[in-house]
Amino acid sequence: MGINTQALMAQLLVGLINGSFYALLSLGLAVIFGMLNIINFAHGALYMMGAFVAYFLLSIFGLNYWFALVLAPIIVGAFGMILERTMLQRLAGLDHLYGLLLTFGLALIIQGVFQNFFGSSGLPYAIPTALQGGTNLGFMFLPTYRAWVVVFSLTVCLLTWFLIEKTRLGAYLRAATENPTLVRAFGVNVPRMITLTYGLGVGLAALAGVLSAPINQVRPLMGADLIIVVFAVVVIGGMGSIMGSIVTGFMLGVLEGLTKYFYPEASNTVVFVFMVLVLLLKPSGLTGRAA
Amino acid sequence: MTRSLAMLTLTSALVAAAGAFAQTTDKNAKIGVLNDQSSLYADVSGAGSTLAAQMAVEDSGLTGKGWKIDVISADHQNKPDVGTNIARQWFDVEKVDVIADVPTSSVGLAINNVVKEKNGVYLNSGAAASDLTTTQCSPNTVHWTYDTYLLANGTGKALVKAGGDTWYFLTADYAFGHALERDTSAVVTANGGKILGGVRHPLNTSDFSSFLLQAQASKAKIVGLANAGGDTTNSIKQAAEFGIVTGGQKLAGLLMFISDIHALGLNTAQGMNFTETFYWDLNDQTRAFSKRFSERMRNKAMPTMVQAGVYAATLHYLKTLEALGGNPHDGVKVVAKMKEMPTDDPLFGKGTIRADGRKLHPGYLFEVKKPSESKYPWDYYKLVATIPADEAFTPVDKSPCPLLKK
Amino acid sequence: MTSITENADIRQPARSGSEHSIAIAAMAVILIVLPWTGVYPYFIMQALCFALFACAFNLLIGYGGLLSFGHAMFLGTAGYITAHAIKEWGFPPELGILAGTLAAAALGVLAGLVAIRRQGIYFAMITLALSQLLYFVYLQAKFTHGEDGIQSVPQGKLFGLFNLSQPLTLYYVVLAFFLFGFLIIYRAINSPFGEVLKSIRENEPRAISLGYRTDQYKLLAFILSGTLAGLAGAVKVLVAQNASLTDVHWTMSGEVVLIVLLGGLGTIFGPVVGAFIIIAMQQYLAGFGQWVLVIQGVIFVVCVLAFRRGIVGEIAYYTGRSL
Repeated sequence: MGINTQALMAQLLVGLINGSFYALLSLGLAVIFGMLNIINFAHGALYMMGAFVAYFLLSIFGLNYWFALVLAPIIVGAFGMILERTMLQRLAGLDHLYGLLLTFGLALIIQGVFQNFFGSSGLPYAIPTALQGGTNLGFMFLPTYRAWVVVFSLTVCLLTWFLIEKTRLGAYLRAATENPTLVRAFGVNVPRMITLTYGLGVGLAALAGVLSAPINQVRPLMGADLIIVVFAVVVIGGMGSIMGSIVTGFMLGVLEGLTKYFYPEASNTVVFVFMVLVLLLKPSGLTGRAA
Repeated sequence: MTRSLAMLTLTSALVAAAGAFAQTTDKNAKIGVLNDQSSLYADVSGAGSTLAAQMAVEDSGLTGKGWKIDVISADHQNKPDVGTNIARQWFDVEKVDVIADVPTSSVGLAINNVVKEKNGVYLNSGAAASDLTTTQCSPNTVHWTYDTYLLANGTGKALVKAGGDTWYFLTADYAFGHALERDTSAVVTANGGKILGGVRHPLNTSDFSSFLLQAQASKAKIVGLANAGGDTTNSIKQAAEFGIVTGGQKLAGLLMFISDIHALGLNTAQGMNFTETFYWDLNDQTRAFSKRFSERMRNKAMPTMVQAGVYAATLHYLKTLEALGGNPHDGVKVVAKMKEMPTDDPLFGKGTIRADGRKLHPGYLFEVKKPSESKYPWDYYKLVATIPADEAFTPVDKSPCPLLKK
Repeated sequence: MTSITENADIRQPARSGSEHSIAIAAMAVILIVLPWTGVYPYFIMQALCFALFACAFNLLIGYGGLLSFGHAMFLGTAGYITAHAIKEWGFPPELGILAGTLAAAALGVLAGLVAIRRQGIYFAMITLALSQLLYFVYLQAKFTHGEDGIQSVPQGKLFGLFNLSQPLTLYYVVLAFFLFGFLIIYRAINSPFGEVLKSIRENEPRAISLGYRTDQYKLLAFILSGTLAGLAGAVKVLVAQNASLTDVHWTMSGEVVLIVLLGGLGTIFGPVVGAFIIIAMQQYLAGFGQWVLVIQGVIFVVCVLAFRRGIVGEIAYYTGRSL
């Protein structure tokens, strides 16, 4: 198979779709890291919970995909806020690595419990009727659902960026991370803001989970390996900026897509190799400030 | 006080010794079910296999004839070193006689060595590696349910004969996937089919879209999935999304279990072809067993072929014990006797165990039903073709196993 | 901000040197006698391999403050090289172990050069990503036999003298390797090198201002830690007689973190205690199947929230000694 532009275009588009998952997940990590200085190892497990909640909403309450898209992030986000209130908050003032260890433990527990109750092969979740089928673009068959994923996640990413960088609430948030004492002096409830931020980051993970439920099997371990790739994305992008993590997410999705076409054997290592290169050339990451 | 205690100890020792002499035939056996209870293959084997072994003990009726048969189980977590440690400890400390099931090729092969070293009995049902009865065959091993040769041969040959003569492979990029692809390609070309190409995807890929696009562009009639577990289910799900099957191509899963189909749902899995050696709805006997089995499962699941294999292998083992009459602790001797006796069980029918340890029985090529064809829960398959027992497994003249040369 | 090792607060009294010698000797005696008490020797050997692995890991986090979340890459790499050298090239066990350990050392140099460019959380994520990279490489490489792993590695005779297929002989050889590694780490911690490492952990800018090239110290610690983790992996091949992907997977990296956290970060004996507990748990809870992961997760959470000193760290804290 030689290089043909049609196939190449198709792979680029497919890469963009994957990139939207990376972007949503790394954005959530960046939001949490920015405010809490915690690397949320449970992010993959919470992403998985999002997909499971979508499944339960449908199978138990008969609430379809569109409800899940709104409800799952809220439900999982609330769960995240409980975790933050009961556990993560106690780590304030300790080395950040404890946050990593705690969330790693939480990820093991969440995944283990789900595995116990739902086995490992997972549960089916159908594509919503309105988004079934696809369009023949000439160079590829584009399933409608995939197109929806790209558009929707891009919108969510930009909204989040706007919320944090351009609104008053976002300004408080950013200020609170720079100088919590001062912001508290202005009468802002900093701990509550931190809890809400964690909820927001977790909600984004859950949203990615709902988006992926119709594409991937809803499995307890669906987020376990994904989170490591997202970590690499975060290292490459640097966690300094919200926009940086969005752009890096999409970019690496495309890079991976191209690798799948030219040299599929390396497609699961390319992100890591790229990370090594970035670290050797620009240790602080593409957009980040030095840690 | 000390003296009477000493006397007491002495007397009880004498009584015990006398007891041992009186009961010259030892009628105890312990079966250890070792499998994956927590991850990839937990639904395929797991607690269901333990239940299957227990049911075999109950159904054998040996306990009513003075035998004491224990079944214990453990999770090898798909780790060969955890598996070998448990197995060694079972033999050395727990005095286990049989190790059953053991899915995952890496663990399955590692346990093969331990059982040989400890002269136990190995009833493998869960592992796919045909090496267990070829390059690494052992006088202590019976490989019951299926292997890669059967999967490749059954699915490849039957589909080519049914008109699926052009193939494109989606192969998991590691030894197991390569072996499946290689074996299946050989069968396809030998039967007049043509391989149009293939793509190797990394293990545990969540996104198959770019590989599926390439498969679609190849215009092959059959897209062969040389992968397993989550990779297979995800690739099938996404193939449906990209309209592979509706576009006229057929998917052939090379390693699939009914638990995968159950997880996927018929909507997604319909039209899939693959080979298994057991299906719960095959005949009255399999139905009767499966109903009893599923009632005792926590999630009411029907048995997979691996679980069925554990039941049948255990049952045959217990029949052999009865024939031997007692002292079942010499693994080589027991396995030799198992090979000598023809097998007959409700799940796999009549069969034999070859000198290399390969259990011979027919394979079945199934097609997954359309949702409209499914009349009751777990009504998933229709039988497309039967592969006779003498064609299903590696032919004697092609096997390097020295046990066959005698 | 307090350091990752709360045990660092425990000041070492001057007498600790001789007390340590006694404690180490006591540990050695216990381990020499242990197989005669009816404890299953393969279990102790397995635990000793993990104990050495954990000690090596502890050198990095407990004394250098660097959390590596990819230490399985050293364990696994050495395991594969040793298994391959012994099985395919017919190396005697001692050369096989040497080859595996050297491979881990080389990997330590390469991975270290990349990883020490960032600190703290980034360091953890980078090491994790590197080990995942290697995992995929090994998964696809021919010589590792992918998912099947390298099986039935012959144990052979060490130096042509000691028959390693005898459980007791093997046991004492494994014990010797463990004590060798343990003493190297102990020496390193209590050398000027170890002191500089601790000062970097406490306050890196200050160490730099004092004229230390902290990056070189960190790299050296990383390489030493990787090499000894590799030694553990190489010896483990002789015990398990196989090398497989399990040892390179990130769950293995998580396990060693758990072992050290439970035993006590930055304590001398903590990793050993932790290893025995976790390995015992894996063995004896194997019947619980799927709950093992959940139990490990719970231990993680409990340790981080309420028990950050770990078992040995708590004992040391209440007895006022450094252990």
